[in-house]
Amino acid sequence: MIQVENIHKTFGENHVLKGITTSFEQSKTNLVIGQSGSGKTVFLKCMLGLFTPEEGEIYYSGQAYSEMDRDQRIDLRRDMGMVFQGSALFDSMTVEENVTFPMEMFSKKSKEEMRDRANVALERVNLVNANDRYPSEISGGMQKRVAIARAIVMNPKYLFCDEPNSGLDPRTAILIDNLIQEITDEFNITTVINTHDMNSVMEIGEKIVFLKDGYLTWEGTNKEIFKTDNEAVTNFVYSSELFKKVRKMYLEDSH
Amino acid sequence: MQYLRQIGAYFLMLGNIFRKTTKWSALRKLIFKEIDDLIIGSLGIVCFISFFVGGVISIQTALNIDNPLIPKYLVGFATRQSVILEFAPTLISIIMAGKVGSFITSSIGTMRVTEQIDALEVMGINPLNYLVLPKIIAMMLYPFIIIISMFLGILGGWMASIYGGFSSSADFVEGLQIDFIPFHMTYAFIKTVVFAFVLATVPSFHGYYMKGGALEVGKASTTAFVWTSVVIIVLNYIITQLLLA
Repeated sequence: MIQVENIHKTFGENHVLKGITTSFEQSKTNLVIGQSGSGKTVFLKCMLGLFTPEEGEIYYSGQAYSEMDRDQRIDLRRDMGMVFQGSALFDSMTVEENVTFPMEMFSKKSKEEMRDRANVALERVNLVNANDRYPSEISGGMQKRVAIARAIVMNPKYLFCDEPNSGLDPRTAILIDNLIQEITDEFNITTVINTHDMNSVMEIGEKIVFLKDGYLTWEGTNKEIFKTDNEAVTNFVYSSELFKKVRKMYLEDSH
Repeated sequence: MQYLRQIGAYFLMLGNIFRKTTKWSALRKLIFKEIDDLIIGSLGIVCFISFFVGGVISIQTALNIDNPLIPKYLVGFATRQSVILEFAPTLISIIMAGKVGSFITSSIGTMRVTEQIDALEVMGINPLNYLVLPKIIAMMLYPFIIIISMFLGILGGWMASIYGGFSSSADFVEGLQIDFIPFHMTYAFIKTVVFAFVLATVPSFHGYYMKGGALEVGKASTTAFVWTSVVIIVLNYIITQLLLA
Protein backbone atom coordinates (compact mmCIF):
# COMPACT_ATOMS: atom_id res chain seq x y z
CA MET A 1 0.00 0.00 0.00
CA ILE A 2 1.14 3.52 -0.76
CA GLN A 3 -0.07 6.49 1.28
CA VAL A 4 0.56 10.02 0.11
CA GLU A 5 0.24 12.84 2.61
CA ASN A 6 0.05 16.48 1.61
CA ILE A 7 2.83 16.48 -0.96
CA HIS A 8 3.95 19.68 -2.68
CA LYS A 9 6.37 19.89 -5.57
CA THR A 10 7.59 23.03 -7.31
CA PHE A 11 9.96 23.67 -10.21
CA GLY A 12 11.20 27.24 -9.87
CA GLU A 13 8.08 29.41 -9.90
CA ASN A 14 5.88 26.57 -11.08
CA HIS A 15 3.95 24.96 -8.20
CA VAL A 16 3.05 21.62 -9.80
CA LEU A 17 1.67 19.51 -6.94
CA LYS A 18 -0.39 21.36 -4.32
CA GLY A 19 -0.94 19.28 -1.24
CA ILE A 20 -1.98 15.89 -2.58
CA THR A 21 -3.25 13.36 -0.05
CA THR A 22 -4.48 9.93 -1.07
CA SER A 23 -3.75 6.23 -0.75
CA PHE A 24 -3.33 3.37 -3.19
CA GLU A 25 -4.29 -0.09 -2.02
CA GLN A 26 -2.63 -3.41 -2.67
CA SER A 27 -4.11 -5.74 -5.34
CA LYS A 28 -5.98 -2.85 -6.89
CA THR A 29 -5.46 -1.02 -10.15
CA ASN A 30 -5.25 2.61 -9.10
CA LEU A 31 -5.60 5.17 -11.86
CA VAL A 32 -4.38 8.76 -11.86
CA ILE A 33 -6.20 10.85 -14.47
CA GLY A 34 -6.19 14.49 -15.44
CA GLN A 35 -5.47 16.83 -18.31
CA SER A 36 -2.00 17.28 -19.72
CA GLY A 37 -0.04 19.53 -17.35
CA SER A 38 -2.18 18.62 -14.33
CA GLY A 39 0.85 17.09 -12.56
CA LYS A 40 0.24 13.36 -13.14
CA THR A 41 3.75 12.51 -14.31
CA VAL A 42 5.37 14.61 -11.57
CA PHE A 43 3.14 12.83 -9.03
CA LEU A 44 4.22 9.44 -10.40
CA LYS A 45 7.89 10.45 -10.38
CA CYS A 46 7.54 11.57 -6.74
CA MET A 47 6.20 8.13 -5.87
CA LEU A 48 9.04 6.52 -7.79
CA GLY A 49 11.55 8.60 -5.83
CA LEU A 50 12.82 10.34 -8.97
CA PHE A 51 11.60 13.71 -7.61
CA THR A 52 11.71 14.72 -3.97
CA PRO A 53 8.65 16.68 -2.78
CA GLU A 54 9.42 19.89 -0.85
CA GLU A 55 6.66 19.14 1.62
CA GLY A 56 4.63 16.11 2.64
CA GLU A 57 5.39 12.42 2.96
CA ILE A 58 4.98 9.20 1.01
CA TYR A 59 4.61 5.93 2.91
CA TYR A 60 5.37 2.56 1.32
CA SER A 61 3.79 -0.27 3.32
CA GLY A 62 3.67 2.15 6.27
CA GLN A 63 7.30 3.27 6.05
CA ALA A 64 8.01 6.96 5.38
CA TYR A 65 10.31 7.56 2.40
CA SER A 66 12.06 10.52 4.04
CA GLU A 67 13.00 8.37 7.03
CA MET A 68 14.55 5.60 4.94
CA ASP A 69 18.34 5.37 4.79
CA ARG A 70 20.22 4.86 1.51
CA ASP A 71 20.11 1.04 1.64
CA GLN A 72 16.40 1.01 2.43
CA ARG A 73 15.75 3.30 -0.53
CA ILE A 74 17.75 1.00 -2.80
CA ASP A 75 15.73 -1.96 -1.51
CA LEU A 76 12.53 -0.01 -2.12
CA ARG A 77 13.58 0.77 -5.69
CA ARG A 78 14.09 -2.95 -6.23
CA ASP A 79 10.52 -3.54 -5.08
CA MET A 80 9.26 -1.20 -7.80
CA GLY A 81 8.47 -2.01 -11.40
CA MET A 82 7.84 0.69 -13.93
CA VAL A 83 6.28 0.65 -17.38
CA PHE A 84 7.21 3.85 -19.17
CA GLN A 85 5.07 5.65 -21.74
CA GLY A 86 7.55 4.86 -24.52
CA SER A 87 8.38 1.44 -22.99
CA ALA A 88 12.01 2.59 -22.33
CA LEU A 89 13.46 -0.74 -23.43
CA PHE A 90 17.22 -0.84 -23.83
CA ASP A 91 17.52 -0.73 -27.59
CA SER A 92 20.96 -2.34 -27.70
CA MET A 93 19.61 -5.45 -25.93
CA THR A 94 17.35 -8.21 -27.19
CA VAL A 95 13.91 -8.84 -25.67
CA GLU A 96 15.32 -11.58 -23.44
CA GLU A 97 18.28 -9.44 -22.34
CA ASN A 98 15.89 -6.61 -21.47
CA VAL A 99 13.86 -8.91 -19.25
CA THR A 100 16.86 -10.59 -17.60
CA PHE A 101 18.56 -7.20 -17.04
CA PRO A 102 17.12 -6.49 -13.53
CA MET A 103 18.06 -10.03 -12.44
CA GLU A 104 21.58 -9.66 -13.81
CA MET A 105 21.96 -6.50 -11.78
CA PHE A 106 20.49 -7.63 -8.49
CA SER A 107 20.24 -11.39 -8.21
CA LYS A 108 22.76 -14.17 -7.89
CA LYS A 109 20.82 -16.49 -10.17
CA SER A 110 22.68 -18.51 -12.80
CA LYS A 111 22.23 -17.64 -16.47
CA GLU A 112 19.93 -20.64 -16.91
CA GLU A 113 17.76 -19.62 -13.97
CA MET A 114 17.55 -16.06 -15.26
CA ARG A 115 16.59 -17.27 -18.72
CA ASP A 116 13.90 -19.55 -17.27
CA ARG A 117 12.51 -16.73 -15.12
CA ALA A 118 12.51 -14.37 -18.11
CA ASN A 119 10.65 -16.95 -20.18
CA VAL A 120 8.02 -17.30 -17.44
CA ALA A 121 7.54 -13.51 -17.40
CA LEU A 122 7.38 -13.34 -21.20
CA GLU A 123 4.88 -16.19 -21.32
CA ARG A 124 2.82 -14.40 -18.69
CA VAL A 125 2.51 -11.38 -21.00
CA ASN A 126 1.72 -13.72 -23.92
CA LEU A 127 4.94 -13.02 -25.75
CA VAL A 128 6.68 -16.09 -27.09
CA ASN A 129 9.26 -16.59 -29.85
CA ALA A 130 10.47 -13.01 -29.62
CA ASN A 131 13.39 -13.57 -27.22
CA ASP A 132 16.13 -12.86 -29.74
CA ARG A 133 14.54 -9.86 -31.39
CA TYR A 134 15.52 -6.27 -30.69
CA PRO A 135 12.95 -3.68 -29.51
CA SER A 136 13.11 -1.94 -32.90
CA GLU A 137 12.03 -5.20 -34.57
CA ILE A 138 8.78 -5.63 -32.63
CA SER A 139 5.49 -3.70 -32.58
CA GLY A 140 4.52 -1.04 -30.02
CA GLY A 141 2.12 -3.46 -28.30
CA MET A 142 4.84 -6.11 -28.05
CA GLN A 143 7.26 -3.51 -26.66
CA LYS A 144 4.72 -2.66 -23.94
CA ARG A 145 4.45 -6.36 -23.08
CA VAL A 146 8.22 -6.66 -22.85
CA ALA A 147 8.24 -3.58 -20.59
CA ILE A 148 5.59 -5.22 -18.37
CA ALA A 149 7.56 -8.48 -18.32
CA ARG A 150 10.70 -6.56 -17.30
CA ALA A 151 8.73 -4.72 -14.61
CA ILE A 152 7.34 -7.91 -13.04
CA VAL A 153 10.33 -10.22 -13.43
CA MET A 154 11.67 -9.36 -9.96
CA ASN A 155 8.23 -9.80 -8.33
CA PRO A 156 7.76 -6.14 -7.40
CA LYS A 157 5.47 -4.92 -4.62
CA TYR A 158 4.65 -1.76 -6.53
CA LEU A 159 3.97 -1.40 -10.23
CA PHE A 160 3.83 2.04 -11.86
CA CYS A 161 2.66 2.58 -15.42
CA ASP A 162 2.86 5.89 -17.26
CA GLU A 163 0.28 5.99 -20.06
CA PRO A 164 0.63 2.27 -20.87
CA ASN A 165 -1.89 2.53 -23.71
CA SER A 166 -0.54 5.53 -25.53
CA GLY A 167 0.10 4.86 -29.20
CA LEU A 168 -1.69 1.51 -29.18
CA ASP A 169 -4.73 0.47 -31.18
CA PRO A 170 -7.95 0.04 -29.10
CA ARG A 171 -7.81 -3.76 -29.13
CA THR A 172 -4.18 -3.93 -28.00
CA ALA A 173 -4.88 -1.20 -25.43
CA ILE A 174 -7.64 -3.35 -23.87
CA LEU A 175 -5.33 -6.39 -23.86
CA ILE A 176 -2.62 -4.39 -22.07
CA ASP A 177 -5.20 -3.07 -19.53
CA ASN A 178 -6.47 -6.55 -18.81
CA LEU A 179 -2.94 -7.87 -18.52
CA ILE A 180 -2.02 -5.23 -15.96
CA GLN A 181 -5.18 -5.96 -13.97
CA GLU A 182 -4.56 -9.72 -14.02
CA ILE A 183 -0.94 -9.26 -12.94
CA THR A 184 -2.01 -6.91 -10.14
CA ASP A 185 -4.40 -9.57 -8.77
CA GLU A 186 -2.08 -12.49 -9.35
CA PHE A 187 1.06 -11.00 -7.78
CA ASN A 188 -0.77 -8.96 -5.13
CA ILE A 189 0.85 -5.73 -6.33
CA THR A 190 -0.01 -2.11 -5.62
CA THR A 191 -0.45 -0.75 -9.13
CA VAL A 192 -0.63 2.94 -10.02
CA ILE A 193 -1.39 3.89 -13.62
CA ASN A 194 -1.25 7.34 -15.18
CA THR A 195 -3.67 7.44 -18.04
CA HIS A 196 -5.66 9.57 -20.44
CA ASP A 197 -7.50 6.57 -21.79
CA MET A 198 -11.17 6.64 -20.83
CA ASN A 199 -11.60 2.97 -21.73
CA SER A 200 -9.05 2.16 -19.04
CA VAL A 201 -10.94 4.37 -16.58
CA MET A 202 -14.20 2.51 -17.24
CA GLU A 203 -12.68 -0.98 -17.44
CA ILE A 204 -10.00 -1.30 -14.76
CA GLY A 205 -10.34 1.80 -12.55
CA GLU A 206 -10.75 0.18 -9.16
CA LYS A 207 -9.64 3.47 -7.68
CA ILE A 208 -9.42 6.70 -9.67
CA VAL A 209 -7.67 9.87 -8.58
CA PHE A 210 -8.41 13.01 -10.59
CA LEU A 211 -5.82 15.81 -10.65
CA LYS A 212 -6.54 19.33 -11.83
CA ASP A 213 -3.92 22.09 -11.83
CA GLY A 214 -1.90 20.23 -9.21
CA TYR A 215 -4.84 19.65 -6.84
CA LEU A 216 -6.53 16.34 -6.17
CA THR A 217 -10.11 17.34 -6.90
CA TRP A 218 -11.87 13.96 -6.89
CA GLU A 219 -11.31 10.31 -6.06
CA GLY A 220 -13.54 7.26 -6.34
CA THR A 221 -14.13 4.07 -8.34
CA ASN A 222 -15.11 3.49 -11.98
CA LYS A 223 -18.71 3.01 -10.78
CA GLU A 224 -18.74 6.24 -8.83
CA ILE A 225 -17.30 8.24 -11.71
CA PHE A 226 -20.57 7.74 -13.60
CA LYS A 227 -22.53 9.31 -10.77
CA THR A 228 -20.25 12.15 -9.77
CA ASP A 229 -21.46 15.70 -10.12
CA ASN A 230 -17.92 17.10 -9.89
CA GLU A 231 -17.88 19.43 -12.88
CA ALA A 232 -14.14 19.17 -13.53
CA VAL A 233 -14.33 15.36 -13.64
CA THR A 234 -17.43 15.22 -15.85
CA ASN A 235 -15.98 17.81 -18.24
CA PHE A 236 -12.80 15.77 -18.55
CA VAL A 237 -14.15 12.22 -18.61
CA TYR A 238 -17.30 12.89 -20.60
CA SER A 239 -15.82 15.30 -23.10
CA SER A 240 -16.83 13.10 -26.05
CA GLU A 241 -20.41 12.55 -27.16
CA LEU A 242 -19.90 8.79 -26.97
CA PHE A 243 -18.95 8.84 -23.30
CA LYS A 244 -21.82 11.26 -22.54
CA LYS A 245 -24.20 8.68 -24.02
CA VAL A 246 -22.51 5.83 -22.14
CA ARG A 247 -22.91 7.75 -18.91
CA LYS A 248 -26.56 8.55 -19.64
CA MET A 249 -27.31 4.90 -20.38
CA TYR A 250 -25.49 3.76 -17.24
CA LEU A 251 -27.41 6.20 -15.06
CA GLU A 252 -30.75 5.24 -16.66
CA ASP A 253 -29.99 1.55 -16.13
CA SER A 254 -29.04 2.06 -12.50
CA HIS A 255 -32.32 3.87 -11.66
CA MET B 1 26.77 32.43 -14.42
CA GLN B 2 25.34 29.70 -16.64
CA TYR B 3 28.89 28.47 -17.43
CA LEU B 4 29.80 28.37 -13.73
CA ARG B 5 26.67 26.33 -13.02
CA GLN B 6 27.60 23.92 -15.82
CA ILE B 7 31.15 23.53 -14.52
CA GLY B 8 29.79 22.88 -11.02
CA ALA B 9 27.33 20.31 -12.40
CA TYR B 10 30.16 18.61 -14.30
CA PHE B 11 32.25 18.17 -11.16
CA LEU B 12 29.23 16.95 -9.18
CA MET B 13 28.64 14.43 -11.97
CA LEU B 14 32.24 13.23 -11.66
CA GLY B 15 31.63 12.58 -7.96
CA ASN B 16 28.43 10.66 -8.66
CA ILE B 17 30.08 8.42 -11.27
CA PHE B 18 32.05 6.65 -8.56
CA ARG B 19 29.16 6.24 -6.09
CA LYS B 20 26.88 3.21 -5.81
CA THR B 21 28.83 0.98 -8.16
CA THR B 22 27.30 -1.48 -10.60
CA LYS B 23 27.82 -5.22 -10.13
CA TRP B 24 31.28 -6.18 -11.46
CA SER B 25 30.04 -8.91 -13.84
CA ALA B 26 27.76 -6.39 -15.58
CA LEU B 27 30.41 -3.67 -15.55
CA ARG B 28 32.99 -6.00 -17.13
CA LYS B 29 30.67 -6.73 -20.03
CA LEU B 30 30.07 -3.01 -20.54
CA ILE B 31 33.80 -2.22 -20.43
CA PHE B 32 34.51 -4.70 -23.24
CA LYS B 33 31.66 -3.25 -25.27
CA GLU B 34 33.01 0.28 -24.77
CA ILE B 35 36.55 -0.82 -25.70
CA ASP B 36 35.11 -2.18 -28.92
CA ASP B 37 33.07 0.97 -29.64
CA LEU B 38 35.49 3.67 -28.49
CA ILE B 39 38.96 2.21 -28.99
CA ILE B 40 38.83 -0.53 -31.64
CA GLY B 41 36.20 1.42 -33.60
CA SER B 42 38.48 4.46 -33.79
CA LEU B 43 41.62 2.67 -34.97
CA GLY B 44 40.80 2.92 -38.67
CA ILE B 45 40.34 6.68 -38.81
CA VAL B 46 43.30 7.33 -36.48
CA CYS B 47 45.63 5.15 -38.59
CA PHE B 48 44.50 6.77 -41.82
CA ILE B 49 44.85 10.36 -40.57
CA SER B 50 48.13 9.74 -38.75
CA PHE B 51 49.85 8.18 -41.76
CA PHE B 52 48.91 10.95 -44.16
CA VAL B 53 49.38 13.88 -41.78
CA GLY B 54 52.83 12.50 -40.86
CA GLY B 55 53.61 12.50 -44.57
CA VAL B 56 52.40 16.07 -44.97
CA ILE B 57 54.46 17.25 -41.99
CA SER B 58 57.67 15.87 -43.52
CA ILE B 59 56.91 17.30 -46.99
CA GLN B 60 56.08 20.75 -45.54
CA THR B 61 59.26 20.72 -43.45
CA ALA B 62 61.40 19.67 -46.43
CA LEU B 63 59.89 22.31 -48.70
CA ASN B 64 60.59 25.04 -46.17
CA ILE B 65 64.30 24.21 -45.90
CA ASP B 66 66.03 26.37 -48.50
CA ASN B 67 69.22 27.08 -46.67
CA PRO B 68 71.96 24.54 -47.57
CA LEU B 69 73.47 25.03 -44.09
CA ILE B 70 70.47 23.40 -42.45
CA PRO B 71 71.18 19.68 -42.11
CA LYS B 72 69.02 17.25 -44.07
CA TYR B 73 68.20 15.24 -40.95
CA LEU B 74 66.00 18.15 -39.81
CA VAL B 75 63.09 16.67 -41.77
CA GLY B 76 63.09 13.53 -39.60
CA PHE B 77 63.74 15.58 -36.46
CA ALA B 78 60.83 17.98 -37.12
CA THR B 79 58.48 15.14 -38.05
CA ARG B 80 59.31 13.29 -34.85
CA GLN B 81 58.91 16.35 -32.64
CA SER B 82 55.63 17.45 -34.30
CA VAL B 83 54.09 14.00 -34.22
CA ILE B 84 55.13 13.03 -30.68
CA LEU B 85 54.58 16.36 -28.96
CA GLU B 86 51.46 17.72 -30.63
CA PHE B 87 49.94 15.86 -33.53
CA ALA B 88 49.39 12.44 -31.93
CA PRO B 89 48.30 13.45 -28.43
CA THR B 90 46.46 16.72 -29.15
CA LEU B 91 45.19 16.78 -32.72
CA ILE B 92 44.13 13.12 -32.64
CA SER B 93 42.26 13.91 -29.40
CA ILE B 94 40.39 16.71 -31.15
CA ILE B 95 39.50 14.34 -33.98
CA MET B 96 38.39 11.84 -31.34
CA ALA B 97 36.22 14.56 -29.75
CA GLY B 98 34.30 14.55 -33.01
CA LYS B 99 34.28 10.80 -33.52
CA VAL B 100 34.01 9.33 -30.02
CA GLY B 101 32.60 12.44 -28.30
CA SER B 102 29.59 12.80 -30.54
CA PHE B 103 28.97 9.04 -30.32
CA ILE B 104 28.98 9.19 -26.52
CA THR B 105 26.71 12.26 -26.37
CA SER B 106 24.23 10.95 -28.88
CA SER B 107 24.03 7.46 -27.35
CA ILE B 108 23.54 8.77 -23.78
CA GLY B 109 21.28 11.59 -25.03
CA THR B 110 19.07 9.12 -26.87
CA MET B 111 18.82 7.04 -23.71
CA ARG B 112 17.75 10.18 -21.86
CA VAL B 113 15.11 11.11 -24.46
CA THR B 114 13.67 7.58 -24.58
CA GLU B 115 13.51 7.36 -20.75
CA GLN B 116 16.06 4.52 -20.63
CA ILE B 117 18.06 6.49 -18.04
CA ASP B 118 14.90 6.94 -15.94
CA ALA B 119 14.34 3.18 -16.24
CA LEU B 120 17.83 2.52 -14.85
CA GLU B 121 17.21 4.93 -11.99
CA VAL B 122 13.87 3.35 -11.13
CA MET B 123 15.57 -0.06 -11.00
CA GLY B 124 17.92 1.31 -8.34
CA ILE B 125 20.95 1.48 -10.64
CA ASN B 126 23.23 4.52 -10.59
CA PRO B 127 22.96 5.53 -14.29
CA LEU B 128 26.16 7.59 -14.17
CA ASN B 129 28.15 4.68 -12.84
CA TYR B 130 26.52 2.27 -15.27
CA LEU B 131 26.94 4.48 -18.35
CA VAL B 132 30.02 6.63 -17.78
CA LEU B 133 32.45 4.56 -15.67
CA PRO B 134 32.88 1.84 -18.37
CA LYS B 135 33.65 4.61 -20.87
CA ILE B 136 36.31 6.11 -18.58
CA ILE B 137 37.90 2.69 -18.02
CA ALA B 138 37.78 1.87 -21.75
CA MET B 139 39.36 5.23 -22.60
CA MET B 140 42.32 4.40 -20.38
CA LEU B 141 43.42 2.26 -23.36
CA TYR B 142 43.53 5.46 -25.41
CA PRO B 143 47.36 5.77 -25.04
CA PHE B 144 47.64 2.60 -27.19
CA ILE B 145 45.85 4.44 -29.99
CA ILE B 146 48.28 7.31 -29.57
CA ILE B 147 51.29 4.96 -29.72
CA ILE B 148 49.95 3.61 -33.03
CA SER B 149 49.30 7.17 -34.21
CA MET B 150 52.90 8.19 -33.36
CA PHE B 151 54.31 5.17 -35.16
CA LEU B 152 52.18 5.65 -38.27
CA GLY B 153 52.74 9.42 -38.31
CA ILE B 154 56.50 8.91 -38.34
CA LEU B 155 56.21 6.03 -40.84
CA GLY B 156 54.12 8.27 -43.12
CA GLY B 157 56.72 11.02 -42.80
CA TRP B 158 59.52 8.60 -43.59
CA MET B 159 57.76 7.22 -46.68
CA ALA B 160 56.78 10.68 -47.98
CA SER B 161 60.30 11.88 -47.42
CA ILE B 162 61.99 8.94 -49.16
CA TYR B 163 59.57 8.40 -52.03
CA GLY B 164 59.10 12.16 -52.56
CA GLY B 165 62.85 12.55 -52.84
CA PHE B 166 63.08 15.10 -50.02
CA SER B 167 65.55 13.23 -47.86
CA SER B 168 67.46 9.98 -47.71
CA SER B 169 66.42 7.23 -45.37
CA ALA B 170 69.68 7.56 -43.43
CA ASP B 171 69.20 11.33 -42.94
CA PHE B 172 65.58 10.87 -41.87
CA VAL B 173 66.46 8.13 -39.36
CA GLU B 174 69.34 10.23 -38.02
CA GLY B 175 66.84 13.07 -37.50
CA LEU B 176 64.52 10.72 -35.64
CA GLN B 177 67.30 9.71 -33.25
CA ILE B 178 69.06 13.00 -32.70
CA ASP B 179 68.49 14.93 -29.45
CA PHE B 180 65.76 12.58 -28.36
CA ILE B 181 64.47 13.48 -24.90
CA PRO B 182 62.67 10.51 -23.32
CA PHE B 183 60.66 12.88 -21.09
CA HIS B 184 58.82 14.08 -24.20
CA MET B 185 57.19 10.65 -24.37
CA THR B 186 56.18 10.92 -20.69
CA TYR B 187 54.78 14.39 -21.37
CA ALA B 188 52.83 13.10 -24.39
CA PHE B 189 51.34 10.20 -22.42
CA ILE B 190 50.43 12.37 -19.44
CA LYS B 191 48.52 14.58 -21.88
CA THR B 192 46.95 11.53 -23.51
CA VAL B 193 45.60 10.14 -20.24
CA VAL B 194 44.16 13.53 -19.25
CA PHE B 195 42.56 13.95 -22.67
CA ALA B 196 41.16 10.40 -22.49
CA PHE B 197 39.37 11.34 -19.26
CA VAL B 198 38.03 14.53 -20.88
CA LEU B 199 36.92 12.59 -23.98
CA ALA B 200 34.93 10.17 -21.83
CA THR B 201 33.38 12.61 -19.38
CA VAL B 202 32.62 15.92 -21.15
CA PRO B 203 30.49 14.32 -23.92
CA SER B 204 28.82 12.09 -21.28
CA PHE B 205 27.91 15.22 -19.30
CA HIS B 206 26.29 16.84 -22.35
CA GLY B 207 24.36 13.67 -23.19
CA TYR B 208 23.28 12.90 -19.64
CA TYR B 209 21.93 16.34 -18.77
CA MET B 210 20.35 17.16 -22.13
CA LYS B 211 16.68 18.05 -22.32
CA GLY B 212 14.29 17.81 -25.23
CA GLY B 213 13.95 15.45 -28.17
CA ALA B 214 15.81 14.10 -31.17
CA LEU B 215 16.78 17.56 -32.45
CA GLU B 216 18.33 18.43 -29.08
CA VAL B 217 20.38 15.22 -29.18
CA GLY B 218 22.02 16.55 -32.36
CA LYS B 219 22.56 19.96 -30.78
CA ALA B 220 24.01 18.38 -27.64
CA SER B 221 26.48 16.37 -29.79
CA THR B 222 27.68 19.57 -31.47
CA THR B 223 27.97 21.39 -28.14
CA ALA B 224 29.85 18.43 -26.68
CA PHE B 225 32.34 18.47 -29.56
CA VAL B 226 32.94 22.22 -29.13
CA TRP B 227 33.41 22.01 -25.37
CA THR B 228 35.55 18.88 -25.47
CA SER B 229 37.84 20.57 -28.00
CA VAL B 230 38.00 23.75 -25.90
CA VAL B 231 38.83 21.81 -22.73
CA ILE B 232 41.51 19.77 -24.56
CA ILE B 233 43.14 22.91 -26.00
CA VAL B 234 43.15 24.72 -22.64
CA LEU B 235 44.47 21.68 -20.77
CA ASN B 236 47.11 21.20 -23.47
CA TYR B 237 48.36 24.69 -22.77
CA ILE B 238 48.34 24.23 -19.00
CA ILE B 239 50.07 20.82 -19.09
CA THR B 240 52.70 22.09 -21.53
CA GLN B 241 53.37 25.10 -19.34
CA LEU B 242 53.67 22.90 -16.26
CA LEU B 243 55.76 20.09 -17.73
CA LEU B 244 57.93 21.64 -20.43
CA ALA B 245 58.36 25.33 -19.65
